[in-house]
Amino acid sequence: MSDPKPEPEILRAYGDREGDGMVQMSFTLRILPGERAREAAKRFAEAHGLKEPLVTSMEQASPEHTYFVAYGHSVHSVDASAIHVEELGARELSRDDIEAQLKALGRKVVIVGACTGSDAHTVGIDAIVNYKGYDGDKGLESYKGFDAHNLGAQVENAELCARARALGADAILVSQVITQRNCHKENAAALVAMIETNGWRHDVILLLGGPRIDNKLARELGFDAGFGPGTLPRHVAAFVVEKLAERETAPVRLKPR
Amino acid sequence: MAQVPVDTAKVARCRALAASVAGDVQSFIDTHTTLGVERTVARAYGVTGADPEGTPLANALVDRIHAQGFTGHGVAYFLGRALAQGEASIQEAAEALAYGGPIAPPGEGPGLEAIRAAMAAPTDVALARIDGARAAREANKAGHGGLGPTPLKYVIVATGNIYDDATQAKAAAFAGADIVAVIRATAQSLLDYVPEGPTTEGYGGTYATQDNFRVVRTALDEIARETGRYVQQTNYSSGLCMSEIAWMAAVERLDMLLNDAMYGILFRDINMRRTFVDQYFSRRIIARSGIVINTGEDNYLTTADAVEQAHTVLASQFVNEAFALRAGLREEQMGLGHAFEIDPWKEDSFLLEVAQAQLVRQVFDRHPIKWMPPTKFKTGDIFQSHVHDAMFNLAGVMTSQSIELLGMFSEAIHTPLLMDRYLAIKGAKYVFGTARHLGDEIQWKPGGIVETRARDILDRAHDLLVDVEKESIWDAIGRGAFADVKRTRTGGKGHAGVVRREPEYTNPLLDVLERDALVPGRG
Repeated sequence: MSDPKPEPEILRAYGDREGDGMVQMSFTLRILPGERAREAAKRFAEAHGLKEPLVTSMEQASPEHTYFVAYGHSVHSVDASAIHVEELGARELSRDDIEAQLKALGRKVVIVGACTGSDAHTVGIDAIVNYKGYDGDKGLESYKGFDAHNLGAQVENAELCARARALGADAILVSQVITQRNCHKENAAALVAMIETNGWRHDVILLLGGPRIDNKLARELGFDAGFGPGTLPRHVAAFVVEKLAERETAPVRLKPR
Repeated sequence: MAQVPVDTAKVARCRALAASVAGDVQSFIDTHTTLGVERTVARAYGVTGADPEGTPLANALVDRIHAQGFTGHGVAYFLGRALAQGEASIQEAAEALAYGGPIAPPGEGPGLEAIRAAMAAPTDVALARIDGARAAREANKAGHGGLGPTPLKYVIVATGNIYDDATQAKAAAFAGADIVAVIRATAQSLLDYVPEGPTTEGYGGTYATQDNFRVVRTALDEIARETGRYVQQTNYSSGLCMSEIAWMAAVERLDMLLNDAMYGILFRDINMRRTFVDQYFSRRIIARSGIVINTGEDNYLTTADAVEQAHTVLASQFVNEAFALRAGLREEQMGLGHAFEIDPWKEDSFLLEVAQAQLVRQVFDRHPIKWMPPTKFKTGDIFQSHVHDAMFNLAGVMTSQSIELLGMFSEAIHTPLLMDRYLAIKGAKYVFGTARHLGDEIQWKPGGIVETRARDILDRAHDLLVDVEKESIWDAIGRGAFADVKRTRTGGKGHAGVVRREPEYTNPLLDVLERDALVPGRG
């Protein structure tokens, strides 16, 4: 195999040939099928920057709506050289590396996870914290050096804070799955505010995770890091140990009990 | 037929064990009531409305009684006594008790006989309301061609705004859905009251309120008139208001309710005692109204491993069936739940899914089995997700599942958009049609993967039930026997609302529901 070509600076969608810009989109419009509807769908696609759009499907999906699929050549491109994304500080660490670093800390690192507010979807926090883990990567409970607690779903911020303090949490993991009308942001920000008001923000690592979370958003909301789709337990574990190693050089820790 | 061999003697032993498990709990149920049960009784007798802050009168009334330590007599005791003392109506009696001075202690005023006599006519009215709604629903269904072929296509709407829900429900019905469920707002199961009025703000779903039930029923009735096809309506009788919602659904002509004897305990950390008492009363109402329940065993496989823990689903189905029988449900009302949640990239996972689906179908042959789609291994790759759902549909039709919640290709992304639902229904129509009689045409290889898997699940379910029966369901849940979740008798939400019944406990509605129920012994 030959070496892959270097990444081009200007990125365009690739379908069949370099630079063709081919993309598909599907959408629903409140109009009944017919030639007017087809034209409406075509113009809708054009308005999104698709040249020569082809409406490939047009089906009535409700008493008043039609579902469309359209293909076209996107005129848009992206300058890859101008992209600067906030990357997580943590290196890729193996499980053994993480256990070794935890051992070096000389105590169990306490992690408290919860799905907060009204959110009842524990699939994310379960995948990270519970022993079983996700995709073959065992959860934080499986590490000898962690004392991990999964508080489950619909945990109010105040309750999470109380439990985290009582357990002497080194890190709090918050999962937010439901994102309708940005409720996840408000709730997550409220937790940070609560911890800051009570004066122990510097004693704890705050991590946020969920399908609509990324590191940038989490940092904006006042968390130390954010974890999006595809995160494995060892990614979270690596971040926590590295962050702790940084901090424990000058430890000012409050450990109740 | 693609049947799997089933050891009927072992199935009978599972049923006997489950009956014993439920019987042990029933002695607790029969001696206790809850705030939720008493609010339901109040509502059934016609207590309605809320104060300007939105606190329902049913709550104000029952909370007042509870604060004075009188809950063990039952709300009907106090309503009946007020009527016997001359209050003109139940509603006025409720307002006087809720908002007036301290309630006189039980024993003062008219005696039990007079109280029961005063409640006789209101009890008839309360039952007539449930029976009338049932008759209206059945007539409506029969007038629009009854139900379609199974698997019935069940979809969810979840916009948070009941009026958008109505639009989406009509669209789903137009596209060919047989059943529409309005998903509840995520926090509702932990509310100890049912909100009032139509609602337009909810996250992850829409509040279950009596007015919201009416909005969706009206929309579905409209589309039934337009298309000539009846569409069933579903909501959630779960959480701290399990039985109140069952009553609302009964009188607003809903067809189905999510209702499970243990779901709230395991997945919402609602107190065990509270849940067992609440599920019983909710199911008494459901039995009377002819609503079909959907149980929630599918959820076990979202937290526990679907290959390793499949037998816990079957064991729990036996337990749910046993509790439902004790509450007077007919088997035709028991939509026992299970799911297609095995890792799709595991080799032969499809055969394992089919084995369990076929086993459940045969063990619960009269039950409208509820089959749930893949969720746990769904990703943002909607195209792959659509293929995954097609395999689920294929397993569903070949094993004759009764009710199938259709998978959504956007499962891992958001609550379904109109077009997501449209494509899910279209895909299901295709698979159900193209493979309609597949199950009738094939036989499983004797001793092959499917047969072996089915036998193994039944064996393990039986062994689990032996253990559960020995240690009691309370302790079994305590050690995490179901869904890997552990709960304690007095832990969880709502325990303070569980009260021992006094000897004078008065609940004429429950008396009639218990007396009239046709318990269908299994021959």
